[in-house]
Amino acid sequence: MATDNIITVKFFARLREELGTDSFSIEANPGLTAADLLQSLAKKGGAWAQLDGAQPVMIAVNQEMTKPDKALHPGDEVAFFPPVTGG
Amino acid sequence: MIDIQQQDFDPAEQYRALRESGSGTGAIATFTGLVRDSGDMQGVTGLFLEHYPGMTEQVIEGLIGKASERWDVRQARVIHRVGYLPLGEQIVFVGVCSAHRGDAFAACEFIMDALKTSAPFWKKEITGEGEHWVEQKASDLDRSQGWS
Repeated sequence: MATDNIITVKFFARLREELGTDSFSIEANPGLTAADLLQSLAKKGGAWAQLDGAQPVMIAVNQEMTKPDKALHPGDEVAFFPPVTGG
Repeated sequence: MIDIQQQDFDPAEQYRALRESGSGTGAIATFTGLVRDSGDMQGVTGLFLEHYPGMTEQVIEGLIGKASERWDVRQARVIHRVGYLPLGEQIVFVGVCSAHRGDAFAACEFIMDALKTSAPFWKKEITGEGEHWVEQKASDLDRSQGWS
């Protein structure tokens, strides 16, 4: 996989624990959106199935909150996490 | 000034720094949040705080910017602790100095309310029996949306 054509995927908090991973890389495909990526990851089954919308998932692309229809580009960092609970 | 840190902080030191922000300052409002038992589970002994390094600072920077567009903000300081924090520990500090009290109170409360629903922090409650991730509260969302 060429390093210049990848998207970094990150998970935090409950999702990170339940999925058993905090980060991995995928190959960037033209037209891929954050929602598409969630749908394809949900197909892995088990804990991943919750990414199909059963649980609220927040999305950040390049560390900025975004909507699911956001297109992903090579070099992007996309993060999925539960609603935030700081303060 | 934004600091995300494991170690404790001294509110008096933060207050002193806010006082040095210039001669136009007529009011300083500060807020300190403490670790408490959320009531979701029995026997909570502390919290574990996780965050998204980089994004956290960026989001809080943006909130201070929004507050500055809306109110007179001479200086704002935000500290948020991460890692393991026992009950009663200080967890968050927000301090704002302004020309007048109305702006200082409003900007301080806005930053705190918006931080709770938009800054990427997550709390896990630790009890004698185990641990669980805290769910976002509808009342926090309502407070944050009340500012828009």
